[in-house]
Amino acid sequence: MANKNSPTGGLGEKRIDEPTGTAFVGHEWDGIEELDTPMPRWWLWCLYLSIIWGIVYVILYPAWPMIDKATEGTLGWTSRGQLAQEMDAADLAKQSFREQLAAVDVVKLQDNPEIMQQAVAGGFAAFKVNCVQCHGSGAAGSQGLGYPNLADDDWLWGGDLQSIEYTITHGIRQQGHDETRASAMPPYAGVIEGEQLAALVDHVLSLSGKAESNAVGAALYETNCVSCHGPSGEGDRVQGAPTLADAIWLYGDNRADIARQITAPRMGMMPKWEGRLDPVTIKMLAAYVHSLGGGEDAVEVAEEPAVETDEQS
Amino acid sequence: MSKVDWTNPTDPGPAKLFEKSKNVHNQRIDGPFRRFKWLVMFLTLGVYYATPWIRWDRGPYAPDQAVLVDLANRRFYMFGIEIWPHEFYFVAGLLIMAGIGLFLVTSAVGRAWCGYACPQTVWTDLFQHVDRLVDGDRNARIRLDAAPWGPGKAAKRALKWTIYLVISFWTGGAWIMYFADAPTLTVDFWTGQAALVAYTTVAILTMTTFVLGGFMREQVCIYMCPWPRIQSAMLDEKSLIVTYKDWRGEERGSLKKAQKNPGEFGDCIDCQQCVAVCPTGIDIREGPQIGCITCALCIDACDKVMADIGRPRGLIDYATLEDCEKEAAGEAPRPAWKALLRPRTIAYTLIWGSIGLAMLFALGVRSHTEISVSPDRNPPFMLMSDGSVRNAYTLKLRNMESRPREMAIELHGLAGGVMWTDAIRRDDAAAKQIVTVPADQTHTVRAYVVAPSGTAETDFSFTVTSLDEQGESDTVETRFAAPGGSR
Repeated sequence: MANKNSPTGGLGEKRIDEPTGTAFVGHEWDGIEELDTPMPRWWLWCLYLSIIWGIVYVILYPAWPMIDKATEGTLGWTSRGQLAQEMDAADLAKQSFREQLAAVDVVKLQDNPEIMQQAVAGGFAAFKVNCVQCHGSGAAGSQGLGYPNLADDDWLWGGDLQSIEYTITHGIRQQGHDETRASAMPPYAGVIEGEQLAALVDHVLSLSGKAESNAVGAALYETNCVSCHGPSGEGDRVQGAPTLADAIWLYGDNRADIARQITAPRMGMMPKWEGRLDPVTIKMLAAYVHSLGGGEDAVEVAEEPAVETDEQS
Repeated sequence: MSKVDWTNPTDPGPAKLFEKSKNVHNQRIDGPFRRFKWLVMFLTLGVYYATPWIRWDRGPYAPDQAVLVDLANRRFYMFGIEIWPHEFYFVAGLLIMAGIGLFLVTSAVGRAWCGYACPQTVWTDLFQHVDRLVDGDRNARIRLDAAPWGPGKAAKRALKWTIYLVISFWTGGAWIMYFADAPTLTVDFWTGQAALVAYTTVAILTMTTFVLGGFMREQVCIYMCPWPRIQSAMLDEKSLIVTYKDWRGEERGSLKKAQKNPGEFGDCIDCQQCVAVCPTGIDIREGPQIGCITCALCIDACDKVMADIGRPRGLIDYATLEDCEKEAAGEAPRPAWKALLRPRTIAYTLIWGSIGLAMLFALGVRSHTEISVSPDRNPPFMLMSDGSVRNAYTLKLRNMESRPREMAIELHGLAGGVMWTDAIRRDDAAAKQIVTVPADQTHTVRAYVVAPSGTAETDFSFTVTSLDEQGESDTVETRFAAPGGSR
């Protein structure tokens, strides 16, 4: 058969390559010719085996695309099914950690660096889903909009693990929830106005050294503000009254912003997460927020739980 | 059986698309090259099977296996050397050395790799010895192959294939020992506690060894392996190859014929010994060919025959094509070793050696301490309640020693800057902090750096210094972000 194309054209006559003793196929390219070397037999077997393998695969696995979906395969394997299986396995693997975390009291979390570390990682993931809408992906909040920065060292309601967990669980000013953290700054519109307002703003700014104090402002402050914000503007975490003597301003630090906050105060609201997130996730969120750089030690606020029970009673 | 003799130019027969492989039954032979092959076989197999069991004390924080590829922890141990993934260029360097080593060996002594050290050759050789042990030497094996199946043949085949399987299993089993603590893995393996990948690997390697060594043999070299083709391209007329000196051997004739007609015949008495001993079943007298792995067993066979009939050795010998031509023209034979020294081989040796020396130097002076810094970008800085500015950084401290080490992290170029970490309390903030980095690990530290109110955006650096006799240190530049940007 091969000799049909033989350049010599002789019937039954083959040109033979002398060194190898193999016949030429008859193809020639610039003097380079192809030899009619037979393939090894096992090569053919490999081809047959791969054909058989292909048939078996088509029977066992999804293979032929049909109009609405592919053939299913007798094993019932799907990539989506495999994904679901792997997700289940991953959930199961997390289960033991969640149980461990559930058993640890939140105030003791810092004594367990390994659990704390995992809780922070889990909290980071939950934060990305539930918290970034207001507090931002870096947890830096927004000064103009009054979403608190969670990474600084200024806390409205306390920066230890337990306080953070409480805030996340019950929210702030959550309507219809008795345990929520609640406080209200009364509006002074119509009460303090004009010169008086400017004097008070000056006095507030003087608490952090940004302006000169004055007698009028100091007197107004003494009468109206001290009960919550403290004589030197140190604030009160029990009531969520912000510190006025530091560099951090929730609603802006210029005169207009401060005047507005006195006359028509804005007060942020944070939803309670109890019921939406399970306690373990909330604990992880508390750990994450605590880890952002401003977290306070539970030791410092040892008396705080007592204070909180007071508040609840 | 009407077989087509493809090697016979006069009668090519009808063209067949596929050729049945013929079993090679190579005859036992003894001689210097066979002994060298034994030596190489014992060395290579010994190294392969025994290496994972060598212990090497690295202290309590690192495995005590001399050679270990720890994929799970991404560490590669080789005696006193430990390679981390970022140092993979050492492995790349080894591979380059292996490549240039192959160029060197091939240009000097031809396909010596194929003939002696290639695993396919070593295991094929081993399995051919099993054939000899079970079925006898060449003639017995040819007879047994042709014999009809009966209880005797079945028993012999069963025994032979069982030995094949045991060797194959041992081969596959030895492989996985390089990837985990060998004694532990052995116990785990037999108690069913090893990872699935261990069993799969052993199964696959057992199968490939069984098939490639037991049955495919020279077919791998002739049809499957790319090296013979590449090596053919690297050979030149000055490379040593196993060659039949046809000007001396032809005209072939039996001893009797030659004695009757002196002067008419060459030294080759056509005894077929060179064909009989060949592990790939070729006839070296047809000239250099892809099937010749240059194992030199035909030299042993021919030298023995030449000695028996009182003719000089070396009718088949290691020689360069250039020397062959000179010899054919009547020049005196040149000792084979002289072919080794020439500019090409010397150049390869120099390149090979300098890469090796460069790698040894790099290994010797490499630091086992490193710091890398990634500043937080969201938010870039944080205003603190007292007006100071805080930046957060993720530091990676690398301790490549097999022991925990104390390291000092220092801030440089940030006036009034202090730091604390996720493990160091804020009250203890300072410009220099001591951190204990666990043995053989990259330790991640969250560092909070605070600079006084009014600090402008500026460049500064972290320096890490190991607090041990090594005193290694590393510095990395980074940026301190502040309100108002750079001024």
